[in-house]
Amino acid sequence: MPVTVILTESLSKRFPRVTALDRLTLDIGSGVTGLVGANGAGKSTLIKILLGLAPASEGRAEVLGLDVGTEGPAIRARVGYMPEHDCLPPDVSATEFVVHMARMSGLPPTAARERTADTLRHVGLYEERYRPMGGYSTGMKQRVKLAQALVHDPDLVLLDEPTNGLDPAGRDDMLDLIRRIHSDFGISVLVTSHLLGELERTCDHVVVIDGGALLRSSSTTDFTRSTATLAVEVTDSDEHPDGIGALREALEARGVRTEDGGAGLPGAGRILLLTADGDATYDLIRDTVAGLGLGLVRMEQRRHHISEVFRHDDR
Amino acid sequence: MTTDNLSPAGGPGGTARPGNGAAPESRIHDIGYRGYDGPRLGRSYARRSLFAQSLRGAFGLGRSARSKIVPVLITCVLTLPAVIAVAVTMMSGADQLPMTYVEYTAGFEMVITLFLAAQAPQAVSLDLRYRTMPLYFSRPIETSDYVRAKYLATACAVLVLTALPQAVLYVGALLAKLDFADQTTAFAEGLAGAAVLALLYSGIGLVVAALTPRRGFGVAAVIAVMMLSFAAVSTLQVAADFNDAKGAVPWLGLFSPSTLIYGLQHAFLGAGAPFPGNAGPSTAQGLVYLLAVAALIAGSYGLLIRRYRKAGL
Repeated sequence: MPVTVILTESLSKRFPRVTALDRLTLDIGSGVTGLVGANGAGKSTLIKILLGLAPASEGRAEVLGLDVGTEGPAIRARVGYMPEHDCLPPDVSATEFVVHMARMSGLPPTAARERTADTLRHVGLYEERYRPMGGYSTGMKQRVKLAQALVHDPDLVLLDEPTNGLDPAGRDDMLDLIRRIHSDFGISVLVTSHLLGELERTCDHVVVIDGGALLRSSSTTDFTRSTATLAVEVTDSDEHPDGIGALREALEARGVRTEDGGAGLPGAGRILLLTADGDATYDLIRDTVAGLGLGLVRMEQRRHHISEVFRHDDR
Repeated sequence: MTTDNLSPAGGPGGTARPGNGAAPESRIHDIGYRGYDGPRLGRSYARRSLFAQSLRGAFGLGRSARSKIVPVLITCVLTLPAVIAVAVTMMSGADQLPMTYVEYTAGFEMVITLFLAAQAPQAVSLDLRYRTMPLYFSRPIETSDYVRAKYLATACAVLVLTALPQAVLYVGALLAKLDFADQTTAFAEGLAGAAVLALLYSGIGLVVAALTPRRGFGVAAVIAVMMLSFAAVSTLQVAADFNDAKGAVPWLGLFSPSTLIYGLQHAFLGAGAPFPGNAGPSTAQGLVYLLAVAALIAGSYGLLIRRYRKAGL
C-alpha cells in the first residue's frame, strides 16, 4: 500500500544568484527512497525546505501530510534528520549525547534513556557508547549520527550522504542498516547520495535531480529490470580456443539470443549475456556447455546497474 | 541479527516463564526494534531540558573531567573568602560582617567576569564549532527556545556562583547571632543585585561568545569587552573627577557593564561610593542606569536571536 510520505508541487527555491530548486514535483511513497544528484544539485536545499526550516520561493510541499510552510514543528517532531557533516561534540559520550537529543525531541527522561540504549544497540554501538565521542572512528560517528535521528522513533528519516567518508566495508554496513530502518523498524527513509551505484541495492525508489530540476523518478526495479539477465563465463579448451564464441554459436543455433557482456569494459568478450526464460534456460546452458566440453566458470543473475541505465539515457 | 524467538506470551523483555514445577527459565531475547508510543512533550519541555543540560554544563557536569576544573576552581576562589569572613566574625564576636553582601559581589566582580568568560563560550561556541545546531533545529524547538534556554542557563550559572558566597555569609551571620532582620534585608539586596548582574553579564557574554565558533577567541573577547570597557570608563571618570567635571562621572558610568552594576547598587541598594571622588549616581540617574541595563539585556536577547536565525542548518 503506497502512502505518500513526501509530496512537492512545482517547488522552487531561488537565491539572488542561483536557482537551487526549479519547479520540482515529486511524489515519494513509503519505503527507502534515494535522492541522487551531483554536489550542488539542490539536495540539501530540498531537505531544509522539507524540514520547514527554509521557505520555498514558489510551489508547495507536504511531509507526512503536513504542510512545510505552516506545520514545520509538527513535521520536525515526526521526522529524523542526519546531517552530512560532523555534528558531534567530542567531550561527551554517545549515550549522554543521544539522551539529550531524545529529550530535545520531547521524550520524557526515562523513555529517552531507554530509547537511547535501544537505538544505539540497533545501529551497532555497544561498550564504546560510554566513551567520549572524540575518540570514535568515522564509522562509529556515523552510527551515532544515525542513532540521534532515530531515537525518537520518527515516521521518516532524512539521511544526508550517510556513507560519506566510510571505507567500502563501512559503506556496506551503513547501507544494510539503512535497508533495515525500513524493513525492520518500519520507518521510511529518504537518503541522498551523489553516487548512483550505492543506492541500487538499498532503495526501492530513486529520484534523480540535477540543477534543482527532476531528471528522473522511478522505482529501482524499473531501473534495474528485475527480469533476470544471466551472465555466463566459460573456459576455453583445445578443441574450442574461443569458448565463449563456441557457446554463443551453439546457443544461437538453439534459438537463444545472446549479447556480449561488459561492452567496452575489461573482460569484454569473456562474458555472455542472455535473458533467462525460466529454469529451462539454466538447464540448456548447462547441457550446452557440457556438450561442448567446456568448463563453466560462472553463471549468475545480473541486474543492470542504475548507472548503466543513465549512461544509456544520456546518449 | 534479529532473532524472532520471542513468544507472544513472553512480553517485552520476556524472561522467566513460570513452568509447571520446573525451575524458572531465564533467557535473554533480542526482541528487535520497538517503536515508541509514549508521550512527546513538546517545546517547553525541550527548552527546560536544554536549560538544565546547559546549567549543568556550565559547572562541567555531564562533561569530561577537564571541563570541571575551571568552574570548580572559580567557585572555590569565590566562596572561600566568605567562609573566612564568617569565621572571623564568629571568633571576634563582631556585631556585623566585615563587608555587606553587595560589597562582597563588587569586590569579586573580576572573578565573576572570569567565570563568564570561561563558561559563556562553553554554552554557545561548542554547538557552533561542532555544528550541532542543525540537530537542534531539525527538532520541534525554535530559535527562540534555544536562545532563551541558553541565556537563562548562563544567567542562572552566574547567579548561583554569585549567590553561593552570599548564602555562606548569611548563614554564617545567623549562626553568629547577628540581627536577623538587618541580615535578611541586606541578603535580599545582595541577591537582587546578583540577579541583575547575572542577566546583564551573561547577555553580553553570550552575544560576544556566539560571534565565534572558536572557544579561545570567545574567552579572550569576553574578557576584553568586560575589562577594557571598565578600564576605559574608570580612566575617564578619574580624569573627569580630576578636571572638576564631577557631574560627568555618574553619566560616564553608563558605558561599561561593571560600572552600570556598581551605579545601580549605589542608587538602589545602598552600596558605598562606587566611583572616583566618592561619587555615585543619584536616584534619578539610577533610573537611567536601570533603563540602560534593561535595554542591554533586551538588546543582547535580540542580537542572539538574530545570530541564531542564520546559524540554522
